[in-house]
Amino acid sequence: MKNKAFAYVISAVFLVVAMLLGISIGTVHVPIFNILQIIGAEIFRFMSIDQIDPMQTNIVLNIRLPRVLLAGLVGAALAIAGAAFQGLLRNPLADPYTLGVSSGASVGAVMTLFFQLSIPFVGAFTLPLLSILSAFLTIFLVLGFARKIDKGMKVETIILTGIIFSSFLGAFISLVIALTGEELRQIIGWLLGSVSMRGWTYINIILPFFLIGSIIILANSKELNAMSFGEERAQHLGVNVQRRKMVILIAGSILTGAAVAVSGTIGFVGLVIPHLTRLLWGPDHRHLLPLSILTGSGFLILADLVSRTIISPIELPIGVITALIGAPAFGLILMKGRSRKV
Amino acid sequence: MLKVEQLSGGYSNEPIVKNVSFQVQKGELFGILGPNGSGKTTLLKMISGILPFQSGTISIKGQSIKSFSMKELAKMMAVLSQHSSQAFSYTVKETVSLGRYAHQTGWFRSWSEEDERIVQEAMEQTGIHAFQNKSIQELSGGERQRVFLAQSLVQEPEILLLDEPTNHLDLSYQKELLDLLKQWTREKGLTVISIFHDLNLASLYCDRLLLLENGSVHTNAVPNEVVKVDKIKEVYDTDVEKHPHPSIPVPQMVLLPNFNGEENIVEIGPEFMRFSKEHISLHAPLPLRTMSSGVIGSGVGWHQTFVNRHVDKTYDCSDHRNEMHHYLKEHGFEPSPTIGMMTAVWLDDVSYKLIKGDNFSIFVIVTAGVSNAVDASKSDQHSFEMVPGTINTWIFVNGQLTEEAFIQSIMTATEAKVKVMDSEKVLDLVTGTTATGTSTDSILIAATQMGKKLEFAGTITPLGKLISQGVFECTTEAIRKSRKRLKAK
Repeated sequence: MKNKAFAYVISAVFLVVAMLLGISIGTVHVPIFNILQIIGAEIFRFMSIDQIDPMQTNIVLNIRLPRVLLAGLVGAALAIAGAAFQGLLRNPLADPYTLGVSSGASVGAVMTLFFQLSIPFVGAFTLPLLSILSAFLTIFLVLGFARKIDKGMKVETIILTGIIFSSFLGAFISLVIALTGEELRQIIGWLLGSVSMRGWTYINIILPFFLIGSIIILANSKELNAMSFGEERAQHLGVNVQRRKMVILIAGSILTGAAVAVSGTIGFVGLVIPHLTRLLWGPDHRHLLPLSILTGSGFLILADLVSRTIISPIELPIGVITALIGAPAFGLILMKGRSRKV
Repeated sequence: MLKVEQLSGGYSNEPIVKNVSFQVQKGELFGILGPNGSGKTTLLKMISGILPFQSGTISIKGQSIKSFSMKELAKMMAVLSQHSSQAFSYTVKETVSLGRYAHQTGWFRSWSEEDERIVQEAMEQTGIHAFQNKSIQELSGGERQRVFLAQSLVQEPEILLLDEPTNHLDLSYQKELLDLLKQWTREKGLTVISIFHDLNLASLYCDRLLLLENGSVHTNAVPNEVVKVDKIKEVYDTDVEKHPHPSIPVPQMVLLPNFNGEENIVEIGPEFMRFSKEHISLHAPLPLRTMSSGVIGSGVGWHQTFVNRHVDKTYDCSDHRNEMHHYLKEHGFEPSPTIGMMTAVWLDDVSYKLIKGDNFSIFVIVTAGVSNAVDASKSDQHSFEMVPGTINTWIFVNGQLTEEAFIQSIMTATEAKVKVMDSEKVLDLVTGTTATGTSTDSILIAATQMGKKLEFAGTITPLGKLISQGVFECTTEAIRKSRKRLKAK
C-alpha cells in the first residue's frame, strides 16, 4: 500500500500546484504568497490583508478562485464519471458522453440560446438549469428505452441506446445551428466549452450534484471491481448487479449532466484521465476513483490556464485545449508504457 | 444439499429445460451430460441464479434459492465459468480477493486478517501463490483458470458449479483440476456440480451423472448405468464401444469411426512367414487384433509383426524383456506393433498349417520342445525358475472374433495341447506324472477382424473344431521333430 500512498501524495500535490498556478497567472499576475494570504483571510477572518492591493484581492476572490474551482469540479466530475463508465461498460475507451447525456444537456443549452429563453427569478441561470433538466430527461429516456428492449439491461444494450439518442440529439443540435443567425457564435462557443465568467453561483449549481454523484460512485468501488469482470461473474460473487448498475449509471449521468450544464461539452477529460490513472496506478476502483478526481481536476485547471494565457488576451475554448494538449500527451504515455497494459 | 423439482424455463417463451428433477447430496461430484442444445448450460444458469425460471423449485438445504439475497447465495454457492472477461489488468491477488465480497459487511468494508488468511490459503491450494502480484492478463489459460478457482474457493462455498471447466485446458491441467476437486469433495465435503462434454472424464471422476436429452432428464444414475453403449447411442446418436478402464472400475467409451482400414479381405497364411537362423517371423499386411502372452506385446492389442526367437538353453532370463526389446530393434522390428516370444527349441522344428473352414480359415504355427514339461496339477513341487518357453502356439484367425471368442480360442487350444502331452507320453520329470504343458508356454491368438463373424470358439463350434485340429496336429508334429533331433544327438 506504500505505492498507493505515494500516488495520492503526487496527485494531491499536482492539484494544489495547478490551483495555485491557475489563480496566480493571468493578465494580472498575483504572487502565490498573496494568494495564500487572501484565501487565508477569507477562511480565518482575523487575518488582515491591508497591504495587498485590493484589485488583486478582487481578482482572486471574484474571478480567479471561482474559475479555478469550477474548472476543478468539472474536471473531477467528468473524470470520475468516465472512470465509472469504463469499469461498468468493461471498456477502457468508454467516456461519460457514451450514454448521450451530454447531447441531452447540450440540447437544453442550445434551445435556451436559440430561443433566448429566460425563466423569471432564475434569469441568467436559465441556461444551466434547463441544461440539467434536459440532461436528466435524456438519462430517463435512454435507460427507460434500454429496459424496454432488454429487461436485463445488458451494458451492450445501454451503449446502443445511448448511441441512438446522442446521434439523434446531435443531429437536432446541428439543425438548430443551421437555422441560427446571430446566436451561432454563442451556441458554438457554448458547445466548445468554457469556465470563464461563470462566478460562484455556477459552483453552487454543480457542487451538490458533484458531491452526491461522487459519493455514490465511490461507495460502489468494490462493486465496480467485480462488475469489470462481467455482469455474470459479478452476480456470482454476490453483487446485486441490476441495482448497482442503475445506481452507478444514474450517478454518473448526474455528474456528467451537471458538468456539461455549467461548462459545455469539454471532451477528452472523461476518457483520458481515468485511462491514464489506471495505467499509472492500477485498475482497482477503490483507488482509481479518488485518484481520478484529483488528477482530473488538476488537469482541467491547467488546461483552462493555458486556454486563457497562450494567446492572451484572447481566450481559446477549453475543449480545444484539452484535446490539443491531451491527445499528444496521451500518445506519448501510450508509447512509453507500451509494455504495461491498462 | 441441492434439490431441483419440476424445473422448466428458458430464455424466451419456449422452454429449454423441461420438468427436470434431481437431487445432489453433500460431498458428491455430480456430472451433467448431454449433447449440444440439451439444456445443460441453461440448467446450470438457473441453479446459479443468473437465469430466472418459469416453473418448478430449486432449493438448497431445503430453502428455495429465491429466498436468498445475492450475497447469501454467493456465500453458499460459487461458479467457475468457462471464460471470463479481462478488460483490465488486475493482479492475481486482487482478482482472488474479489471472492471475499460476499463476506464483507459494513460501510467501510475493511480487509480483515481472516480475509487475508483465506485468500493466501486458497492461492496456495491452487498453486498460484508464487505469482500473486502478476497481472492476470499475462497468464496462460490454465493459470487463469486456477486464479478463478481460487476466487471461487475464497467465497467458502458449500456448492461449486462448473461449466465445462476443462474445455480449453491441456491434459495435465485437466487432470490437476479434477483431481483437486475430487479431493475436496472427499476431504472437505464440498459439493461439486459440473457440466462435462467428455464422457470419459465424467465417468472417471463423478459419483453420479445426469444425462439430459432435449431439456429433459434421460437418466440419473451412477456412471456405470449412464455411460452405456445403448444410452449413448440413443442420446448422442453416435456409435461407441465400451471399454473398462485399466485401473479403476469405471466405463470408458471409445468412438467407432465410419472410415474403414483395408477394403480387401486378407487371408494370413504361410506366404507371410520369413525364416532366419535366429528367429521365425510373420509379417501381416495389416494390424491384427491380438490376445497373447509372451515377452513383448502381451495382453490385448493390435499388432502387425510376430517374432519367435530362438535362444540357447543357458539364456539368462533375468532382464529378458529389455533384452528382447533390444534384439527386436537390432533386427529392424519396431517394438510397439510387434509381438515377441522366445523358445529354446530349434526353429527348424517348427510346424505350421493353414486349415480352411466354412467361409473362414485359420493358420497355426507351433514350436514345441518338452524338456521342461510340467504337470500342472502338481506344479507346487517345482521350483520357480524361468526358462525360455518351449511350446509357443500361434493361431491366426481369418475372421472377426468377439472378446468371448478370443478367450475360448485360448481355452480350446490349451485343451488340445494337453491332449498332445498325453498322446505323446510327455512326462513331468520331477513328479513322474504326465505333463500338461511346459513351465513357460506361450500362446497368441491373432484375428484379421475381417470376413465371417465368429462369435464362439468352444470345442464343438466351427472355429473351435479347426483350432483343436490345428493345434493338435501341429503340436504333435513339432514335438516329434524336436524329439528326433534330440535322439540324433
